[in-house]
Amino acid sequence: MGTTISTEKGKPLGTPNSPRKRSSFLYSKKAAPYIFVSPFILSFLFLFLYPFISAINMSFQRVLPGQVEYIGLRNYERVLNPTFYTALQNTTVYVILTVILLTVLPLIFALFLNNRLMKMTNFFRAAIFIPALTSVIVAGTIFRMIFGDSDMAIANQFLSFFGFSPIEWRYGAASGMFLMVVLASWRWMGVNILYFLAGLQNVNHDLYEAADIDGANVWQKFKHVTFPAIKPIVIFLTTITTINGFRMFEESFVFWETSSPGNIGLTVVGYIYQEGIQRNDMGFGAAVGIVLLLVIFVVSVIQLYLTGAFKKGDS
Amino acid sequence: MRKMVLAALSSVFLLSACGGNNANDASGDLEEQTVVGDDIEGATELTFWNFQELHTQFFEDAVIRWNEENPDRPIQLIAETYPYDQMHNNLLLALQSGSGAPDIADIEISQFANYLQGEVQLEALNDVVEPELDDLITSRFDIYAKDGNYYGIDYHVGATVMFYNEEIMNEAGVDIDSIETWDDYVEAGEQVVANTDAVMTTVESDDHFTFWCLISQRGSDYFDENGDVILDNETNVDTLQFIYDLVYEHEIAEIAPGGYHHAEEYYGFMNDGGAASLMMPMWYMGRFLDYMEDLDGKMQIRPLPMWEEGGNRSAGMGGTGTVVTNQTENSELAKDFLAFAKLSEEGNVKLWEILGFDPPRHDVWDSPAMAEDNRFYQYFHDDIFEILHDIRDEINNLNITEQTTNAQQEINSNVMHSVLRDQSRTSQEALEDAADAIRSRMIE
Repeated sequence: MGTTISTEKGKPLGTPNSPRKRSSFLYSKKAAPYIFVSPFILSFLFLFLYPFISAINMSFQRVLPGQVEYIGLRNYERVLNPTFYTALQNTTVYVILTVILLTVLPLIFALFLNNRLMKMTNFFRAAIFIPALTSVIVAGTIFRMIFGDSDMAIANQFLSFFGFSPIEWRYGAASGMFLMVVLASWRWMGVNILYFLAGLQNVNHDLYEAADIDGANVWQKFKHVTFPAIKPIVIFLTTITTINGFRMFEESFVFWETSSPGNIGLTVVGYIYQEGIQRNDMGFGAAVGIVLLLVIFVVSVIQLYLTGAFKKGDS
Repeated sequence: MRKMVLAALSSVFLLSACGGNNANDASGDLEEQTVVGDDIEGATELTFWNFQELHTQFFEDAVIRWNEENPDRPIQLIAETYPYDQMHNNLLLALQSGSGAPDIADIEISQFANYLQGEVQLEALNDVVEPELDDLITSRFDIYAKDGNYYGIDYHVGATVMFYNEEIMNEAGVDIDSIETWDDYVEAGEQVVANTDAVMTTVESDDHFTFWCLISQRGSDYFDENGDVILDNETNVDTLQFIYDLVYEHEIAEIAPGGYHHAEEYYGFMNDGGAASLMMPMWYMGRFLDYMEDLDGKMQIRPLPMWEEGGNRSAGMGGTGTVVTNQTENSELAKDFLAFAKLSEEGNVKLWEILGFDPPRHDVWDSPAMAEDNRFYQYFHDDIFEILHDIRDEINNLNITEQTTNAQQEINSNVMHSVLRDQSRTSQEALEDAADAIRSRMIE
């Protein structure tokens, strides 16, 4: 009763009690940050932390329909087998190649696109970015046709035009790796160029002028002005390309689905899928996943250490 | 300017939307859903998952017949087709986690072992299978059994046969009925290669249908009756060497374009008269009809050549077991309906009429209904079931164990590739490595 009266009384003032409370809560400097970060915290808890903990738990289990038992470290004992080494080797080669290609080439392209003498830069920027929007499955299907086994496939016609004999792309270890790297490079090139372009925009033009006055040549300008400015981007790109490379799955899947001849396209994540889901060995798959996590962690730390990312923070 | 930005943005969204949809298609969302019997009031709802849309057609017909004959227990069937991997993964996870599984599902033979591990989450079908066992090819039921319980009902026997392209064989001057042993076959192959542009046959480098058929024909397998690995036994090594010799020694065979007999490239190659013959199970007939129409009227089916006089002339290969999961609320109804669809005489006739499969119930093979003209007889010839009758008792059991999926994986991705395509290992080495890899998984 009392509240009704007070609301009626308050009405003429135009500021009823409860809405004011609500808005003051929303505008409160204490609560707002928590509200804004809560979607992230929640998704982190449910989509990352919970699966992560249960994966660790599962890696010590043997999981069968209707039966789950703890088997200690036995899953981990089985991880270091020849197939895992093949998968790890494939993945490592893939990571090294993609890291090199996906930092060097985009940097060169970005330098061109950022140059005032370059014509139609907007068109090229858009054209290079489009692959990133295409689904890898669709792109992979087209790549599969381009690199088909028959002499009529585009890639083989191209080879025979230059007098080389056609290649069975999907059946050789080197050509198989080539296919995966080409697909990944095609896909991510545009995104990485964007990062570099963004970085290049931040380079202070006065520095170039100063360099010009000092008589620096193009290479010296790149080395002493441009590169220091975009170094953080290089570090960022090598790190995420490494991590993405280690968790690569689709590039291999579109060419061979889940089993490639002689395991030439087997990646660590492909191996987890094969063991955990296809062969119904979840515990073992989880163990491989945890090992992969450690590998990525160690590699990333070494990489960041070598590129001096830690030092910067300290100074 | 603003308009241009809007146009650019919307095209970006369109592009990414397309991408998303396509990715979903390929990664495996529902491809097709068919509801049958939704016009009947009070019908019990059953869901059915499969990975082959043709199987839906078969069950569609079965539901209509069931509802006519059992007005007191009508069924409404919701049949859902998913891509192969997706369906098996979904089903496995649903059974593993205890919720979300359909009432009825198809499980392909090479995946079946996964479902027999631990406490089987499928309903035993003994009460419907056992009364009919005398009229069934029992080996087709043993492959889906564990500890005396039958868990799956197959669509077909999968008798392996030789498909001959008679046009090419005639051109080479070979009478296909004169080929009785594999030696005759090799001899005929040499004639084919000498007199025509075609090779005698193709072998799979990325799948197991060339290898498994042949070792099964010779009474061998990946595992023995006790489930021990015999993949590297003498017969298997010898058989793999024979396949190798067909390609590199006698030079009458080629590695199948695309690596296996279900590849797009292979259909094109065969359709153009690339090979004079092909060894595959009977159910491969449908692939001829669907993908190799230029061969219409040219193909003849014959039993396999024998390894020695009086030896087997076939092997039962492939298969898909239909199961009832333990998450169904209507287990009796589901089982009765499944038996009606796939174990009854009429159901078995339908397996032939609708799907072109050699039905597991052999007493219907010579029934008049089976002789009626259909598209398979028109494409091939009309003595298909006489041949089946001839070879009925020459089909060995397969020993399916919990490790079958692993064995298959080893064969597909390592053994055939390294021996046939890469030529990096001998038959003996490749099979020993594969056998060791499987054994190492069985220790725990």
